[in-house]
Amino acid sequence: MSSRRSHSRHSNASRITEEEINELVSKLQMMLPDAPIRRNSRVSARKVLQETCSYIRSLHQEVDDLSEKLSELLASTDTDSAEAAILRSLLMQ
Amino acid sequence: MQALHFLQALARIARAAPKPAHSARTRQIRHAAYASMAHSSRSSRRTWSRALLHRLRQRQRPGRLLTVRRRVRIVTPITSRPEEPARAETLRQLVPGGRGMEYCNLLEETADYVQCLRAQVQLMQTLLDAFSS
Repeated sequence: MSSRRSHSRHSNASRITEEEINELVSKLQMMLPDAPIRRNSRVSARKVLQETCSYIRSLHQEVDDLSEKLSELLASTDTDSAEAAILRSLLMQ
Repeated sequence: MQALHFLQALARIARAAPKPAHSARTRQIRHAAYASMAHSSRSSRRTWSRALLHRLRQRQRPGRLLTVRRRVRIVTPITSRPEEPARAETLRQLVPGGRGMEYCNLLEETADYVQCLRAQVQLMQTLLDAFSS
């Protein structure tokens, strides 16, 4: 993740370069699920943003679904087993 | 660390006695997921994470008959720039704090937000798998 700050952003009067925008859009394109397939083709910025929106929505949905599943699991698991599972996944990080 | 924060929160939820109702627990887990994302060290300096935390804290106030929805501007508003109209309206609604950002910042913040979301989803999936082993 780039933390480089372009000098052009410090002044209100100067414009963000087209190139910087393109670079950021490309970076977003790389994060999309089908990035490996599309790596060489040039996708329009509009399309990348559209797909990023869909991707974010699907990730939000996954968080909801996984929360639901985890909740069900906690309902049916005793505390000790739950904590053991939690510890196990911590060690997997 | 995003993982540690979430797992600690989950352990607390698991230990709660008496056991909360399923829907309440689901909400708590979901809340913990987003809080962990916002608290992770790489994101705590980000606009989206501050906006998200603010949103989460507002939701935590129970017992209010009238919820006064005040839109607090975390980020200074965009001064009018005729050569760069506000773009990506939908994206702005999806990324916390997105509305007040300049287009360039929005793109950067989105990349960071997506990475955090992905990491959180992977973590939750790993946890689910750990339960079944």
